[in-house]
Amino acid sequence: MPRRALALIGLAAWIGLLAATPWIADNYTVRVAITIAMFSAMALSWNFIGGFTGYPSFSTAAFFGIGCYVGALAQRNGVPMVLAWTLATVSVALFAAALGAIILRLKGHYFAIGSIAVVEVVRLIVSSWGSVTGGGDGLNVPLLQGSPDWVAAKVLYVMLAIMLAAFAATVLVDRGRLGFGLRCINQNEDAADMVGIDTTRFKIAAYALSALFCGTVGAVYASWVGYIDPTDSFSILLTVKVPVMALLGGAGTVFGPVVGAGVFVLLEEFFWANFLEWNRAILGGIIVFLIFFLPGGILRLDYRRLLRRTLRQRETGQKSPEAAE
Amino acid sequence: MDILQIFVNGIVLGALYACIAVGFSLVWGVLNVINMLHGSFIILGGYLTFFAWFYLGLNPILVLPAVALLLYILGFALQYLFINKVVTAPVLTTLTLTFGLDMILYNLMTVYFTATPRRVTLDLGSIDLAGIVMPVDRLLGMGLALLLTALLYLVMRGSTIGRAIVAVRMDRQAAALMGIRVNRIYAVTFGIGALMAGAAGAVFAMVFPVTTNLTGVFLGKAFVICVIGGLGSVPGALVGGLALGVIESFAGFYLGPQHAITVGFLLMLILLVVRPTGLVGVKGYE
Amino acid sequence: MSEILRLERVSKAFGGIRAVSNVSFDLSEGEIVGLIGPNGAGKTTLVNLITGVHPLTAGKVVFTGQDVTRQKPYQAARRGLARTFQIVQPFPQMTVLENVAAGALFGGAPDTMAGALAEARRELDFVGLARLADTPAASLTLPNRKRLELAKSLAMRPKVLLLDEVNAGLNSAEIDGALDLIRQIAARGITIVIIEHLMKVVLSISERILVLHHGELIAEGEPRAVVEDERVIEAYLGAKFAARFKQETAGA
Repeated sequence: MPRRALALIGLAAWIGLLAATPWIADNYTVRVAITIAMFSAMALSWNFIGGFTGYPSFSTAAFFGIGCYVGALAQRNGVPMVLAWTLATVSVALFAAALGAIILRLKGHYFAIGSIAVVEVVRLIVSSWGSVTGGGDGLNVPLLQGSPDWVAAKVLYVMLAIMLAAFAATVLVDRGRLGFGLRCINQNEDAADMVGIDTTRFKIAAYALSALFCGTVGAVYASWVGYIDPTDSFSILLTVKVPVMALLGGAGTVFGPVVGAGVFVLLEEFFWANFLEWNRAILGGIIVFLIFFLPGGILRLDYRRLLRRTLRQRETGQKSPEAAE
Repeated sequence: MDILQIFVNGIVLGALYACIAVGFSLVWGVLNVINMLHGSFIILGGYLTFFAWFYLGLNPILVLPAVALLLYILGFALQYLFINKVVTAPVLTTLTLTFGLDMILYNLMTVYFTATPRRVTLDLGSIDLAGIVMPVDRLLGMGLALLLTALLYLVMRGSTIGRAIVAVRMDRQAAALMGIRVNRIYAVTFGIGALMAGAAGAVFAMVFPVTTNLTGVFLGKAFVICVIGGLGSVPGALVGGLALGVIESFAGFYLGPQHAITVGFLLMLILLVVRPTGLVGVKGYE
Repeated sequence: MSEILRLERVSKAFGGIRAVSNVSFDLSEGEIVGLIGPNGAGKTTLVNLITGVHPLTAGKVVFTGQDVTRQKPYQAARRGLARTFQIVQPFPQMTVLENVAAGALFGGAPDTMAGALAEARRELDFVGLARLADTPAASLTLPNRKRLELAKSLAMRPKVLLLDEVNAGLNSAEIDGALDLIRQIAARGITIVIIEHLMKVVLSISERILVLHHGELIAEGEPRAVVEDERVIEAYLGAKFAARFKQETAGA
């Protein structure tokens, strides 16, 4: 059976499990499921620019935060909720495309710094533009109507839908011309240019794709929590966490970001619950561990070889030395 | 407030900024690593100085070399044990690794030192020169910051180790062929970066309150200064630091303090795109 | 034979240094032209100017009647102006087949992945790399990397192919193989510019030779005429040796 089909079945089961949480588990678990869906969508998004294209982007929090604010402001001005979410998505994508045209000329460290600076600049602008954004005091967002359980379930399904959309986009890009071109750029940008790839346009497309779903997630998140402020929306922690998730699962793979986001959120929840005071250090520890022991991500491990090796060891242990080559 | 006063405030602040950024710039330029730990190193230096002064009653200026030495050892060890293993890996890897290490250091500091703002109070009064008022402790801070920066410059220019660092910065392979142990130089450079951060933190604690909440702010300043001044050179960091100090001082006065930082970052973004080599676009230490 | 590429007084300065100055020539469809010159003569810079890697300081490049002076490299590739690199530039972690397919998909005709892969297989067959189709490009030997570059460029269905030192680093048997391949490419109707600093290689295959020295075109014409040109001999050997060389040949 092809590995791809197996992985798809696994993914379907995983999404089914997340979707079932409102019926089979308590409120806390549903919250965790929402968080997983949210981060899966954002890690899948980051994968377009960071994984496929190999540009170390740290601007996720800018896209998420702008999504939060556009969604919130639109709703406060009477735009219906779903339309506000759509508006947030479109404006974030446009913002990223315009920004990308400028900062994608940078490479390596300079791009990394530039992309972090974008988060800071947008955050500072939002917090000092009090008349529109409420400044540091933040904004109240019209809450979703209904009982808390119903609201949580609704948010969960919307987040899962965004995650699925991001996944579908990943599959399409991975198989198509765009993904192939992005991989070429990742390996050798000059050579990519020489074989006829319009590298600027390809990179901008990847950057806009990496922003789009984060915008939607931000807007839905704002509607869910009912209150946003600049520190929370444009958090540096978020902007580093999302790439780490993708790396954890396997950057540049189709399923990696989903695996990474799931594993990371579950670990984080576990540490929050058990080692409240030390959770940040433990997270840092995971990152260090990841870099040294899982440099290609969970999905890049050769499980078949691991399995074969353990089996062979067991066999040689039981049988004659012939089994060992 | 008159323009001259704003300018002098900016220069005093800028000297401190230069001292903050110079170690960061050195590490970035030589190792090609963005050290996300830099902000925490500064705060650690500040806290250690404060505690030595507060509990042991030591003179902070005498404590400074000891703090700097401690930070050097810490930096050397971190580089030798961790960062050297991935130093040639892509940006994403090295940046994420130093961020992970920073999370651990940050957490340790908040648990053991708490986030309470701490400041060494020297009570030196202030002087008034031709209408320009300046607290003496700030002037002392500026003097120390400039002295430290000058010392680093001299070490880079004059000492064997300094020349070896410059050689590695210019061409790693050639330096290795000439018998320089590159990994050792990397660790020394990272140690010096931490040392400068610790010393800058000690100076800062004599002038402003320091708290772990400021690690990100200091790191951000170091970014901006490096981009303004150009990477890896002491004069570059000095120019960048002074420029940022003056810019923030004026922006703070005319646009309000909350916009001062925004202006710095915006300037950095523009410079990144327009002139990525910085204003003092020199290669290596001349 | 109709003209396919024309350079009009093309110049390039890097800072104060004139790397290429006032170079004009044209290429006819189907020709094999050698571009020679000592090291540092500006040959690679000229290729970079033709393919849009560097902007021109002055002058004009006309390709199939169209002014392409300001084109970007990817546009040059799509128009049918392909080049290989002196230092080969593969996509290291992709397979040999994928490398060539990239050329076909983005620079050539096919619009689908399947079409590009089919085209890539044909070109790999042509250059003799078919059996290595599924190995990673990074693991190829130097001669094979050069073949890969060729296959990738050919998959882009070029009208003009600029071969920058395809023979550098090859031994004489390998050079013979490469020259054979170049003749076959020419037989497909592709105009070829072969850039070399080794005169011997170029003389045997070119119909016409252009000689570049200190960024200037100092001679142009039939191979035999060009090698006897005093300025060319001087450029290659230096004035003193050129004089001796002339004496010796005159004496013989």
